[in-house]
Amino acid sequence: MTGVRVLVGTRKGAFVLTSDGKRQGWDVSGPHFGGWEIYHLKGSPVNPNRLYASQTSDWFGQVIQRSDDGGQTWEPVGNQFEYEGVPGTHQSIDGTPHPWEFTRVWHLEPSLVDADTVYAGVEDAALFRSTDGGQTWHEIAGLRGHSTGPQWQPGAGGLCLHTILLDPTGGERIFVAISAAGTFRTDDAGRTWRPVNRGLNSEYLPDPTAEIGHCIHRIAMHPSRPDVLFMQKHWDVMRSDDAGASWHEISGNLPSDFGFVVDVHAHEPDTVYVLPIKSDSEHYPPDGKLRVYRSRTGGNEWEALTNGLPQRDCYVNVLRDAMAVDMLDPCGVYFGTTGGQIYASADAGDSWVSIVRDLPKVLSVEVQTLP
Amino acid sequence: MIRVVLPYHLRMLAQIGREVTLEVDGPATQRSVLDALEARHPVLRGTIRDQATQQRRPMIRFFAGGQDLSHESPDAPLPEAVASGAERLVVVGAISGG
Repeated sequence: MTGVRVLVGTRKGAFVLTSDGKRQGWDVSGPHFGGWEIYHLKGSPVNPNRLYASQTSDWFGQVIQRSDDGGQTWEPVGNQFEYEGVPGTHQSIDGTPHPWEFTRVWHLEPSLVDADTVYAGVEDAALFRSTDGGQTWHEIAGLRGHSTGPQWQPGAGGLCLHTILLDPTGGERIFVAISAAGTFRTDDAGRTWRPVNRGLNSEYLPDPTAEIGHCIHRIAMHPSRPDVLFMQKHWDVMRSDDAGASWHEISGNLPSDFGFVVDVHAHEPDTVYVLPIKSDSEHYPPDGKLRVYRSRTGGNEWEALTNGLPQRDCYVNVLRDAMAVDMLDPCGVYFGTTGGQIYASADAGDSWVSIVRDLPKVLSVEVQTLP
Repeated sequence: MIRVVLPYHLRMLAQIGREVTLEVDGPATQRSVLDALEARHPVLRGTIRDQATQQRRPMIRFFAGGQDLSHESPDAPLPEAVASGAERLVVVGAISGG
């Protein structure tokens, strides 16, 4: 029977939540890797039982875990991430040159066509790839080698490559997003890259429309329309209709256009979800009300989705990798909070329930739709 | 025989008990002990020292016999009590975080 598996990374371990196609009752498994920060877990679209997890610690560094049975058992694989050549420097937060230094893997993106191929977005920002199931990792060095690399600066969370969008048509295009360098695109499988940030306006930059320096929080795409991208920038919700060549704002009637997550409905390419956060100084929802906003028009016109979500005294945040959608009909939408709640909607956002309420701070949420 | 005590998270990662006993070829040094430890338990590579530079990770310390050996040269001989197995080499994670 069709079901869903929700993969949750938290500050103190990973959790695997499973349900059948009705998405009413849930089994919770975990914590896996208790006490470690699990920045991200994701399953292979080719083999849903193949999962990859980024396990990290300020004390003990980076570990990559792999499962071949849907998260019941795990095996540590390769954890050596060496920058290609002489790493050089980027800008530190105080504006002085700082040597490129690997800290952790923020995001793992399994290939759409090969279960043994997986991409890793890391801090300090770089893109790595493994073609042997995570045993060995090699940098796709053209990205960090872009002429603007020495000017990249971290956001408050570090200089992290947090979003990787692979070409759903099987081509060689990849989008990545880096806080706070911007969005970059390759059309030749990573050999060459170009910044695609035209139209972004960031008041915290000396030149608000500069080619790089924008703090992108998240980018989303519907696989049926790979040239249309939705972006939650630090401030501003943006859209591109030409594969990032230009962007325009679609914040419209949102109560705040600051936030972290953005995602697209599985079956409606113009239905988009964001979760407004009051400001970059406060990092909690406006008015203490946890509200997902949905646009059915590809932006600009947004409706608040509140049924089942706390509408008073709520001061959690929802981090950039902590929203996902399933492929069922109606589409399921899921997000996790810094307060440890996982909320799920089995009706495209019309109503919500909390699957679990008291996990550690949620860092990431992914969903697998199982055959 | 060298006796090494690992912190909780590394014991869980390597699926081993509190104390590991190792045989080391040649002089017992931090480097030779960690080489032997990582050869026995490859999953520990990168968790105590950087794989490329071999430098101790910043929030790891090495204690033995009431002494902090963390800032000794990795190639300096360990105290005789550690080399003989009378004392344990304790790998410690810093008390910090939440």
